[in-house]
Amino acid sequence: MKPSRFPLIVTWAVIAFFYIPIVILVANSFNSSRFGGSWESTSLKWYIRLMNEPSIWHALTNTLVIAGAATLISMVLGTSAAFALHRFAGSKLQKLHYSIIYTPLVLPEILMGLSMLLFFVALKVQLGLATIAVAHVTFCLSYVAMTVLARLQDFDFAIIEAAQDLGAGWWTTVWKVLLPMLAPGILAGGLLAFTLSIDDFVISFFVAGPGSTTLPIKIYSMIKYGAPPLINALSTILLTITFLCVIASQYLSNRGRQAA
Amino acid sequence: MSEFLEFEDVSKHYGPVKAVDHVSLTVKQGEFFSLLGPSGCGKTTLLRILAGFEQPDTGRVLLGGEDVTDLPPYERKVNTIFQSYALFPHLSVWDNIAFGLKVAKRPKKEIKEAVAKMLALIQMEDQAWKKPDQISGGQKQRVAIARALVNKPRVLLLDEPLAALDLKLRQRMLIELDLIHDEVGITFLYVTHDQGEAMSLSDRIAVMKLGKIEQLGTPAEIYEAPRSSFVAAFIGDTNFFDGIVAEPLEKNSVLDGFLAVAVDKDYSRLKIEDFPDLECYNDKQIKEGEHIFLSIRPEKLRISRERPDPAPHLNVIEGRVEDVIYLGSQTKYWVRTGDYRISVIRQHSRFLLDEKPIRWGERVWISWHADDGFMLEKYSEQDENLIQLPPEEVGETTEANQILARVPAPGAVAAGTPAR
Repeated sequence: MKPSRFPLIVTWAVIAFFYIPIVILVANSFNSSRFGGSWESTSLKWYIRLMNEPSIWHALTNTLVIAGAATLISMVLGTSAAFALHRFAGSKLQKLHYSIIYTPLVLPEILMGLSMLLFFVALKVQLGLATIAVAHVTFCLSYVAMTVLARLQDFDFAIIEAAQDLGAGWWTTVWKVLLPMLAPGILAGGLLAFTLSIDDFVISFFVAGPGSTTLPIKIYSMIKYGAPPLINALSTILLTITFLCVIASQYLSNRGRQAA
Repeated sequence: MSEFLEFEDVSKHYGPVKAVDHVSLTVKQGEFFSLLGPSGCGKTTLLRILAGFEQPDTGRVLLGGEDVTDLPPYERKVNTIFQSYALFPHLSVWDNIAFGLKVAKRPKKEIKEAVAKMLALIQMEDQAWKKPDQISGGQKQRVAIARALVNKPRVLLLDEPLAALDLKLRQRMLIELDLIHDEVGITFLYVTHDQGEAMSLSDRIAVMKLGKIEQLGTPAEIYEAPRSSFVAAFIGDTNFFDGIVAEPLEKNSVLDGFLAVAVDKDYSRLKIEDFPDLECYNDKQIKEGEHIFLSIRPEKLRISRERPDPAPHLNVIEGRVEDVIYLGSQTKYWVRTGDYRISVIRQHSRFLLDEKPIRWGERVWISWHADDGFMLEKYSEQDENLIQLPPEEVGETTEANQILARVPAPGAVAAGTPAR
């Protein structure tokens, strides 16, 4: 029997559905026309305009600072969480822990954003970069924990014993053996967290304060004042960063898996 | 040779399970010592207690007279070869071997020299910069050995080191391990469930069962003079007979219709239900009327078509061949006599095709010298499960018995189930 072409057609249809809007956006970012409807000529004019827009640079800096901080914190916390989850798997406490770590992956963002806002207000914390970063850690750490946990599943713990057997104390074992071996997993999780933090809108919107506008929030406000071509260019840059992070993250997980 | 490594009354429980049950043991310096037993007998736990990965509930461990029971693994002068090798995948062969010395902060020059010496010992100088996933299983094994030995441990612990290798490689590594032991002269503590490995490598073996040492001795002592049915059946193959010890044989007394010339009080008669009396060497001075078990190794039995001539201390019984397995260098027979199914191994020291080999269904005589049977101190019926049984399918032509199959079988043979 000839294999059905149906799955192939569906696959292409889904890919088209996902990516045609993005392709249009990217193409339009190089269109010198103000209006997306007609093609004037290929130009980098919107990118150049973008360069001269200080508020966008400010927003981009904010975004990167927040994403960097949130990623670093969630790499530390997420890795620790993954260890606890793996080491004591099966205990009641860790089952609860697992649900807590897992929940942010499925919880509606609007709910998380709102609760974070109420929390910060109750504590009378000044809203700003710090509050956004903390709010991002709450979901970023779940992604790091899940990625590292997956790595730990096929980790041979005899290697830890081997290091101790060869005279390495606990800290030496962590620095010389454990972290180098888990580094690909931790980095992959970190990159994933980084991309999620960069384009998070809902949560950031709730907990952002004056002067802490992030790139997604900036884009949203720019749409309101109507500057689509500029946004196209900005989105394309954002898209490129995200794609690079995802590719790097995938590469790291695969390479790590082969080595383990 | 001094008493160098001592376990004193060591116990370890996991919940209700007694993994190690009040074990005391001493190992001499430079000795190749094996802990042998089935899985769950506590051999690995004992090794892990010495390595420092487990804390014993009772007792203590002495190394060179020093109590090491409470020392963490990284402060003990012992090194372990793990079953999975546990090489560091992110480090090269060279860095794996250097790991212990680097952690100990030895001078760079010393590390270089020591690693080079080890690479030469395992003949892997040209592979020093490969990562563990680029070398073969046997090479990983050798790197694991080098990585441990470079630290000059007082005892090298080997936890089933050959279990992950295929048969050919296992045999080669066996020889290599033996050579390395001779060369470095370090005490080896070897944990295995494979009696062949233990027998061929060890100076002494401790056979373990359910957390206790069942018997301790040289390989030959353990094989030839097993103390219990467990040791007899776990190490090699055997036959068990149970009976009541009767009075020693009179001079010129008649045993099973034949003249026995026994005079010695060292020999006892064993009365067995529905079976001819057997004579056996009674070194344990077991008294008349006691119920004992006798173990006889299959290769100590002789099988023949003709009844052997009577001789002093020779046991002779008649039976019918129920199963035959041809194994090339030897043939294994299962012979039915009354309730017993006796396994016999016949070594082929002559060209087999010139003979007319014994076949299924033939009536045969089995004989053995009274010295070759061995009275057991301890017997447990479940140990009979350890004895090798004949294959389920009997009478089929397989590659293993094709020489015998050329001669038509005299009569059909009933497929055997164990008799007892």
